[in-house]
Amino acid sequence: MKNEILELLQENSKYTASDIATMLGMEIETVKNNIEEMEKAQVICGYSALINWDKTDKKDIVTALIEVKVTPQRGEGFDKVAERIYKFNEVKALYLMSGGFDFTVIIEGKTMKEVALFVGQKLAPLEAVISTATHFVLKKYKDYGVIFEESKKDERMIISP
Amino acid sequence: MNIEQMISQKVKDVPPSGIRKFFDIVNEMGDAISLGVGEPDFDTPWHIREEGIYSLEKGKTVYTANAGLLELRKEICNYMKRRFNLDYSPTKQTLVTVGGSEGIDIALRTLIEPGDEVLIPEPCFVSYKPCTIFAGGTPVVIPTKEENNFKLMPEELERYITPKTKILILPYPNNPTGAIMDREDLEKIADVLRNKDIIVISDEIYAELTYGKEHVSIANIEGMYERTIVLSGFSKAYAMTGWRLGYALGPTPVIETMTKMHQFAIMCAPTTSQYAGIEAVKNGDEDVIMMRSAYDKRRRLMVDRFRAMGLSCFEPEGAFYVFPSIRKTGLSSEAFCEALLKDQKVAVVPGTAFGDYGEGFIRCSYAYSVDQLKEALSRIEKFISKIL
Repeated sequence: MKNEILELLQENSKYTASDIATMLGMEIETVKNNIEEMEKAQVICGYSALINWDKTDKKDIVTALIEVKVTPQRGEGFDKVAERIYKFNEVKALYLMSGGFDFTVIIEGKTMKEVALFVGQKLAPLEAVISTATHFVLKKYKDYGVIFEESKKDERMIISP
Repeated sequence: MNIEQMISQKVKDVPPSGIRKFFDIVNEMGDAISLGVGEPDFDTPWHIREEGIYSLEKGKTVYTANAGLLELRKEICNYMKRRFNLDYSPTKQTLVTVGGSEGIDIALRTLIEPGDEVLIPEPCFVSYKPCTIFAGGTPVVIPTKEENNFKLMPEELERYITPKTKILILPYPNNPTGAIMDREDLEKIADVLRNKDIIVISDEIYAELTYGKEHVSIANIEGMYERTIVLSGFSKAYAMTGWRLGYALGPTPVIETMTKMHQFAIMCAPTTSQYAGIEAVKNGDEDVIMMRSAYDKRRRLMVDRFRAMGLSCFEPEGAFYVFPSIRKTGLSSEAFCEALLKDQKVAVVPGTAFGDYGEGFIRCSYAYSVDQLKEALSRIEKFISKIL
């Protein structure tokens, strides 16, 4: 039941508790309580809009994906290192990876230079960091399951049997 | 030569589809929002489309066997066994058709002799009656009623059977009402038919779209397998309407004769569609689950909102339509739909497009996004509060 609520919110976080209650055949109070509970438990960590910045006047925002190799800390593993990295505001996402490197760091900055400075002055000098490789995003086609460029037109006949 | 006189009187006499008439009215309006469509709002899942594209790339652009690609027929039979516990032979009892619609047409033409009566529960899909007439049969309408949840009642069925009755069309899950027939309902229908020479054409195109209950085919009821033709297809289950792909399953002599008819009329179903269809029945279960779950949520939204408007709204358990009663407004179905269109620019289909017994109802499709549905419902609500 909670998963169904979460799926609906993930699909559209603008759905009201009343919408969700109707769609799932539940009481509105139950839905409200469940959502509140999940917010408190940090199952729902926030609500945000999915924005295609390319279509705004802030379109020159730069996104970079940085592969980072680090030395895990004794007794702490990767978590302490991760914390030192994700606390920077510039870091939008941080994932621990399997394979050829340890962390994927997603950075957003106003310019390539700003991102480069962050990597050079903040990220790379961290004691645990062994190496970094920065890749800049040129174009976003799809994010969080949503295709950006496609404006879908309903081509069905307006009335059909 | 008067070209008009050259056209078959029988065909001319069949009135044009009520859908068509309303379509023209809506089209004139231009910018109306519509709850009028009878097809899914989803695109065909990409992995299915991709198989169609791949088949084209590989140059699979020739005819297939008349009955359809054997691999597709095998997969259809596997699917029927897996989903509905029905055993059919891919070589003798399976015919791949051009959509469910062709299945309806050739099943009727294969069975009907002049004067044979065909029982058609109404409201129902638009083509059973015309196809019966085209085939030289006599359509006999059985009304289904809201108080019976639009199910076919055994006593009603009994009342309409005559010595001339040859076929019963069983259109469940039903378009436009959203009604389904449970196993117990089908048992009672089977009790009426079991010792009579009547064939059931069970149109199960919406079989994958039932909510809370699994679809049961009448072919699964004791004594009915040998007198039932199951018609189904890919359109609704896999959002593949434009591919025109369906199938007919049934007793060997009937399917073999239908295949003959299909062979001369059609040759074979579109080859590209057949390759895509293999992927759909083999690997499409997850897509069906996803779409069904989306429809189910919208269904609840629709019923809830119509009831909140003070309309009596039967809770549909299948397909993707709600069929609320608008009797309370004092308007006929057509008058209601036209007034709604003019006043709020929302298009819904008058129940009468699905037969005379649809009078007093409107069909609203929920094959739209939740946001679109909410907007349309708000407008309908405004309209209702004005006239009630």
